[in-house]
Amino acid sequence: MAQPFVATLTVNCRRTTLTTPGDRTLLDVLREDLHLTGTKYGCGEGACGACSVLINGKRTFSCSTPISEASGKQIRTIEGLATGDTLHPVQQAFLDEGAFQCGYCTAGIIIGTVALLERKPNPTEDELKEWMNGHLCRCCAYPKIVQAIQHAAELSACANLGRTSDSQTTPQSR
Amino acid sequence: MLSPGNPPRLEFDTDDDAQIIDRVAYDFGLSRRTFVQVLGAGLLIAAAAPTLAQQRSPRGNQRQQAKPIPLDARMHIAKDGLITVMTGKIECGQGARAEIAQAAAEELGVSRNVIQVLMGDTDLTPDDGITAGSRTTPTTIPSIRQSCAAARSLLINFASQKWNVPSDRVQFVDGIAKHNDQNFTYANLASESADALKAGAPTDVTVTPTEKWDVLGTPAGRPNARDIVTGKHQYPWDVVRDGMLYGKILRSPTYRGKLKTVDVAAAKAIDGVTPVRDGDFVGVVAPNSYAANLAIEVLEKSAHWDPTPLPSSKKLYEHLRNQAKEIPENPFAETVRGAPKKLRATYHVPYIQHAPLEPRSAVAQWKDGRVTIWTGTQNPFGVRREVAVAFHIPEDRVRVIVPDFGGGFGGKHTGEAAVEAARLAQAAGKPVSLQWTREEEFTWATFRPAAVIDVEASLDDKNNLSSWHFVNINSGPSAIESPYRGKNHSKFVGSDAVLRHGSYRALAATANVFARESFMDELAQVAKRDPLEFRLSHLDDLRLKAVLEAAAKRFTWTERRGKKTENVGVGLACGTDKGGFVAACAEVAIDPAKNTIKVRHIAQAFEAGAIANPANLLSQVQGAIIQGLGPVLRESIELAENKVGNPSFWKYSVPRFADLPTLDVQLLNRLDLPSAGAGESPLIAVAPAIANAVFHATGKRLRELPLRIPEAT
Repeated sequence: MAQPFVATLTVNCRRTTLTTPGDRTLLDVLREDLHLTGTKYGCGEGACGACSVLINGKRTFSCSTPISEASGKQIRTIEGLATGDTLHPVQQAFLDEGAFQCGYCTAGIIIGTVALLERKPNPTEDELKEWMNGHLCRCCAYPKIVQAIQHAAELSACANLGRTSDSQTTPQSR
Repeated sequence: MLSPGNPPRLEFDTDDDAQIIDRVAYDFGLSRRTFVQVLGAGLLIAAAAPTLAQQRSPRGNQRQQAKPIPLDARMHIAKDGLITVMTGKIECGQGARAEIAQAAAEELGVSRNVIQVLMGDTDLTPDDGITAGSRTTPTTIPSIRQSCAAARSLLINFASQKWNVPSDRVQFVDGIAKHNDQNFTYANLASESADALKAGAPTDVTVTPTEKWDVLGTPAGRPNARDIVTGKHQYPWDVVRDGMLYGKILRSPTYRGKLKTVDVAAAKAIDGVTPVRDGDFVGVVAPNSYAANLAIEVLEKSAHWDPTPLPSSKKLYEHLRNQAKEIPENPFAETVRGAPKKLRATYHVPYIQHAPLEPRSAVAQWKDGRVTIWTGTQNPFGVRREVAVAFHIPEDRVRVIVPDFGGGFGGKHTGEAAVEAARLAQAAGKPVSLQWTREEEFTWATFRPAAVIDVEASLDDKNNLSSWHFVNINSGPSAIESPYRGKNHSKFVGSDAVLRHGSYRALAATANVFARESFMDELAQVAKRDPLEFRLSHLDDLRLKAVLEAAAKRFTWTERRGKKTENVGVGLACGTDKGGFVAACAEVAIDPAKNTIKVRHIAQAFEAGAIANPANLLSQVQGAIIQGLGPVLRESIELAENKVGNPSFWKYSVPRFADLPTLDVQLLNRLDLPSAGAGESPLIAVAPAIANAVFHATGKRLRELPLRIPEAT
């Protein structure tokens, strides 16, 4: 067993300190210690994306991330996306499009989409497929997921316009 | 549509009705007290048709002398008006929950929002059988509609008697009976006494005809969709109980290896770990899965196993043929001998796996000799029996609860994880969560059986089919009968199940349709006829013809087939299974340098009667097509050195975003026909359409899945 490690995690803006073996995965700690079970196990080796979380804004497979590496960083999980009763635009888009069947991959795919749209607010279909190729949906709801990601891009653009509507920038029609 | 049914049985669940609560002791697997706890006091309405549990003869299951269940509660109306519909069916992504809510809303005349659907709980829901075979839509939905239609009739009848007006003068609007300014609601109904209601019990029940559907036939999302996108929904993997520990099982390093020795005590070196051994069953429980994994690694070091021989992938098909039960001779041998043209071929389909994204898991908790298990299974009542048998306890000591889970595809019919978790929890004296890893799921779950298929056919002097002989070895009889005109003989023969066989979405229909539709293409080639025209000229089934013509038209088959581009090909196929009719046209592009196949376009037409939920049907058809690409292009369980050689998503490559072709799905809506289930049949035409397109592109006939273009020699 690895040496106990004192990890300081900021998960969904809440700081937690815990002592645990340093090679335990972030996924296990989120699920078993913090009871944040929205993040899923799918393969344990970064091949399916079900365990995706944002670490300092970057999409990361938590099943392959030792807790010692996650310590001191900002972690965002599916539970931290909505603001009160208001869904994150990406969540809203997936809900609107019904872009899931069993839904087990959905949390990871939503996290992957949030990361994508931060980098590329208007991805082409090829760009989004390439970015999302690390995520598996075994129900193969891919066509509706693609639609949901495109819809999310629109909703995110609207949300951003809303945020800057008091400033001098004038929305340009595209 | 449905004929008038039996009048419903009415039962009351009231906190103050001692007589009914007293009868709880006579119930088997169903406690009215539990209903009161879960749903509150109110009115229970039984299933209109006998459920499986009622049909099951006590003698039919000697081991578990099942007492008759006095009440299969189908729906509950609480005094606050909340309506709960109950079914032993489960939800794993196929869309049953939404469709049930629609069906209930349709017949009750209320909004879907006031209905909750309680599924897959052996203490609370009726036994509607396993969720498989596309049976929810044709069997369970009608039963639910009848019970709900009965409740609606009861409401109207009762209001009419109460107001002393004929029932045809009672208006019924949005779930409320009205006359002048008087209103009577389902909540009011639930507050009446049983005796009072008996007078209003309907003598027959008629469900809403398709042409008057208001809620059915419209797109409906999953009722718990919001909990899916927020991560709030608890899958079986996510169930947590107070004081819960984590379990893990010691597995043989080879397939079905036999344990010789192991030093179980060694696992105690890890803090908080309790090893559990019961014969060949060895596992551990630990405070978290990390410690459980470490403990298993310790046990693996001391464990010795005797391997069980397993044929390698290279020898698999030969093995299946050699071990086959009697392979029948072609009864039309004489026709074949005298025919101007004849053809025979053998097709091969390997073992593949469902690989649902959520691997098997179970949380088990014992209390007072009774075990409650949360698990992802398509067969809650079957798992209840499995656990009862394993522990030599009556079934009423087992409760199986199935939260909506992460994918089944026919692969979660059994309860191995439930039994294992229950054994660990029994030893630990605490609730235990057992979560299979991906490697365990790939190795120890069930597999779609591999197939060896022999086909022989002859053509007459007009290039029409004169005989057809088709033998499936090992994989199953689904959709084995040819829909094409002519003398035909099709037969399934069993062989030696090398791996654990299990159902898989569409069962053997995929293998049988792959072989049949590929061979039809070969025959069309020999006959020098267009594959579409050749099929249509042999088809009598109008529904199958209709989808084939629709797909071909949308794809512009004739034009694209005639215009040959290098390394590009088009192919088509059709089939019917479980009440669904499907045809697919595919276009592929071949990379001649790498010998790879890219599926560029699939146009599929599908028909399964009246469409209940068009949004979900589209999802099912799209999902089935894309899922179907995996076994065509890459998926195959590799057997080597007595084990599964590729138990990982890196090595067993399922469809990804990059595989997504242009999809063109047409759903034909036959309002004049009853709705059939549609989760399986949309899968079956994909493989042969692609194989036929590859032949068109390359001139090479590939008769084995996954399709691999041989290196040029």
